[in-house]
Amino acid sequence: MGALRRGLARIFSFFHKPKLDADLEAEIAEHIALAAEDNLRRGMSATEARRQALIRFGGVDTAKDQQREARGLMKLDILLQDLKYTFRTLGRDRGFTLVAILILALSIGANIAVFSVVNTLLLRPLPFQDADRLMWIAPPPTKCGLSCATYSTDAYDEFRMYSRSFQDVTGYFAFSGPGNLSLNRGGAPIPATGIDVIANFFQLLGVQPAMGRVFRPEDALNGAAPVILISDAWWKTQFNADPKIVGKAFDMNGTQTTVIGVLPRSFDFGAVFSPGAKIDAITPLNLYGPPRGWGNIITMIGRAKPGVTLAQAKDDAAAAAPQMCWNNTVPLSCGVYAEKNGKGGVVPVPLKDYVSGKLRRSLVVLWSAVGTILLIACVNLSNLLLARAASRSKEFAMRGALGASRFRIVRQLLTESLVLSLSGAVVGLGLAWLLVSWFAHQGAVALPLLSTLRIDGAALAWTLLIAVTSAVLFGLVPGLRMASGSLHESLKGSGPGSGQSRKHDRIRSILVVSEIALACLLLVGAGLLLRSFLHVLDVDLGFQPEHAAAVKVEYNDSVPGDKDGSLSAQKRAVIFQEVIARVSAIPGVEAAGVTDYLPLGQNRAWGMPWPKNGAHPDQSPGSPLVYVVTPGYLRAMGTGIRGRDFTWDDGPKSQNVVMIDKALANYLAGLAKWPNGDALGQMLDTGGGSRIVGVVDDVREESTEDATGWQIYYPFTQQSPTGAQLVLRTTLPPATLAGSVLRTLREINPKQPIADFRPIQALVIHANSSRQFFMLLVAAFAALGIVLAALGIYGVISYSVTQRTQEIGIRMALGATASEVQRSVIVKTLRLALVGIVAGAVASLVVSRAVAALLFNTRSNDPITFAAMVVLIGAVALLAGYIPARRASRVNPMVALRNN
Amino acid sequence: MGETKLDLLQGTLDLMVMKTLAAMGAQHGYGIARRIEQASGDVVLLNQGTIYASLVRLQQRGWIAAEWGTSDNNRKAKFYSMTRSGRKQLAKDAAHWQRLSDVMGRVLAMPPEGGL
Repeated sequence: MGALRRGLARIFSFFHKPKLDADLEAEIAEHIALAAEDNLRRGMSATEARRQALIRFGGVDTAKDQQREARGLMKLDILLQDLKYTFRTLGRDRGFTLVAILILALSIGANIAVFSVVNTLLLRPLPFQDADRLMWIAPPPTKCGLSCATYSTDAYDEFRMYSRSFQDVTGYFAFSGPGNLSLNRGGAPIPATGIDVIANFFQLLGVQPAMGRVFRPEDALNGAAPVILISDAWWKTQFNADPKIVGKAFDMNGTQTTVIGVLPRSFDFGAVFSPGAKIDAITPLNLYGPPRGWGNIITMIGRAKPGVTLAQAKDDAAAAAPQMCWNNTVPLSCGVYAEKNGKGGVVPVPLKDYVSGKLRRSLVVLWSAVGTILLIACVNLSNLLLARAASRSKEFAMRGALGASRFRIVRQLLTESLVLSLSGAVVGLGLAWLLVSWFAHQGAVALPLLSTLRIDGAALAWTLLIAVTSAVLFGLVPGLRMASGSLHESLKGSGPGSGQSRKHDRIRSILVVSEIALACLLLVGAGLLLRSFLHVLDVDLGFQPEHAAAVKVEYNDSVPGDKDGSLSAQKRAVIFQEVIARVSAIPGVEAAGVTDYLPLGQNRAWGMPWPKNGAHPDQSPGSPLVYVVTPGYLRAMGTGIRGRDFTWDDGPKSQNVVMIDKALANYLAGLAKWPNGDALGQMLDTGGGSRIVGVVDDVREESTEDATGWQIYYPFTQQSPTGAQLVLRTTLPPATLAGSVLRTLREINPKQPIADFRPIQALVIHANSSRQFFMLLVAAFAALGIVLAALGIYGVISYSVTQRTQEIGIRMALGATASEVQRSVIVKTLRLALVGIVAGAVASLVVSRAVAALLFNTRSNDPITFAAMVVLIGAVALLAGYIPARRASRVNPMVALRNN
Repeated sequence: MGETKLDLLQGTLDLMVMKTLAAMGAQHGYGIARRIEQASGDVVLLNQGTIYASLVRLQQRGWIAAEWGTSDNNRKAKFYSMTRSGRKQLAKDAAHWQRLSDVMGRVLAMPPEGGL
């Protein structure tokens, strides 16, 4: 009670200092007057009475100080004093202050931005309710792409029924492609991208709609009225944020579909589940409708019951797996997901790991890179402050002589550092905000959760932490240095050549060397990542992305009463023969063809087509990805064929034909012991048997970096495609043809939406985007590191030239030429740089092993990278030393000797 | 300083000030200082100025109150007086000191070599 009261009173006193001081003054004056009167009464003279009174009082100022200390917040008073003084000194040295704040702002800003990325991707839970209980349930990755990472609707049902450790399980249709919805509001249809989810999807994730409702089980039943949920972004762009949209129906893919709700802004399906894709709408998946016959199409997400551990969930999933059927009307297909050769087919992993686990290493590297930047900045600042402190040593010596304790002086210096780093942090926060907003709008970068990036409370706390830490880091060395210096020495004047200044010089050299070494580290890291990126760009993709583009084509090949699909295949042939013929006639189009799936995107597999002669291994090694294509597609993609391409004569009634890639051809040839090991012309066991008419180049179908899997191509007219992507190879830049191609397509089919005309190169860029993103960031940080290191070198050399002006003057007076002086300064610079480079190179050799896993076709001790680093840092050091060296060579001996 | 005068123990001044105020009623700083010196038979070494820190401390705790009034010679002076909670605190602190000095007295009166 008393303590609280006193605390409040102290705070009150702190803010009412003038009045309280005046009161105390009056009180003490009265005290002394009273005492003096008493003394007078005792018969002293007036002067003696007053003198005695003052003696008995014992130090008026001490009493005042004691009273103030008891009354108010002395520490805060001192702090305010220090601050006032700091602002005055920093204001006086504006150039230094600006440079210091700029350096800090850049490095702290970079740190905040990267922290926000790390926080979003690694530290913060996913933006769902109790997200730590959400699990991604999938088989481990295999050769057959998405088809081997998904489950059939029956398997989903059975898993849901037989698993014990999950509160509920949901999933979504994994094969929705971009532009699968077409919204018709009169005029040209508008393409959009939708995802089919199982009706309990939003309940399971705990996502509430911003407006309206989410799906109910009855929305996904046979014959249910079509409903749709739209994303916040689509609602704003396409529907002008219509507040009354819920309940309105629109023509979607030809059916009137009712909007039942708008999803919250915080929910971005693409950000979590399909990075780099923009998902406009969500529709319910009818588990008991046609999807039942589509095989593996569902990705599963489960919510574990509270308290269930990952190990329990894994055991439970493995136990449920044997009960799961690919199709429960086919008993043979039951148990296909069960454990085989020690590899489970149903494995839960934390959803967070699935979403961002692969990025952990990259993020840690990124984080270390910005940490290094901060370190370099601190060393730099330390150096600048040391230079300043040296020039202020007399000031501090004076203060010390006047009674300031060393502690007080260190405190003053630390206050200055804190003011600098906090100002830097404030500016840095602004920079980070810009950077983070820019990141958040990089929709095309295939990084998860990027759109949810923001600077939050955690980032602010982090800012404060690094600001204070760096203030201590860069303020302490100069502070201690200063405080430990001998008063005597400083007051005498630490002229050039004195012990004090040489000691300073040594510390500053050590700081610069460590700065250079750190910059080397960053540069090597960035160099290795850049080399990897260039190697990735150099990869033989199996197709030529330049001068090619794809556009999604709408078509309707349904024929009433078509029993075996041959009628619709014929209709398809007619449609696409016309499409390809007319598009090929557009000037600038070299080749055109149609496929249902493009490489580096989604894919599917249909199982292994074994050789007709019955050769068959015990264990299936996976199965090839399937592409259904028209004649001309491979030529348009720039993929080489040995044998022949499909022709329009490969119709539904003629001999079934396929093309396979070289890797599969080699595997099958070895398996079947075909003559000369050649698969060309051989038969595969697919229904009626298919002849291999072509062996084509291996295509990188899943990512540009992973080894290729197997591919098989079926003709458009013998298998049903799941859509049509028209691919064009052009002589002109593809974008210039967009208008005429779309016009042609709309002439053929008025229902053709204004689909995106996507350069094939864009697919490659998208596939490389996250590597590029990291590479660019690390490279930017390395550039920043070099600039800071250059500043450091420049600072030290320039300072030493200033300090040695007199000495240089003497030398020149004694006959040293300008070029000799210049050379001596440059040699000094290079010596520092050399030590730094050697230290940095050794450190890099050790540290770069940690990034080895992120590299592509690049060894972590890549000599070219190291050589480039040495040359670059050497050149920068030379430049940074040259400027002061020039200044040194222009010293006028007369002036230098006269001034001191 | 002279061995004849006592340095004050931490916290004792506050207690003396309270006791003085309780005994004398409202009093200004000089009065309190004088009174303490007299009561201690001028043995206590008191820089009179130090009582102002003590006064502000006691005042902030709410144990004494202050008011500007007129001194004997008709000048403005600040008069301090005990509050109710101050009296309670005084009783508590005085008892504490009494016990402490009793104990100290007894311990210091112990015969040498712990002889019983």
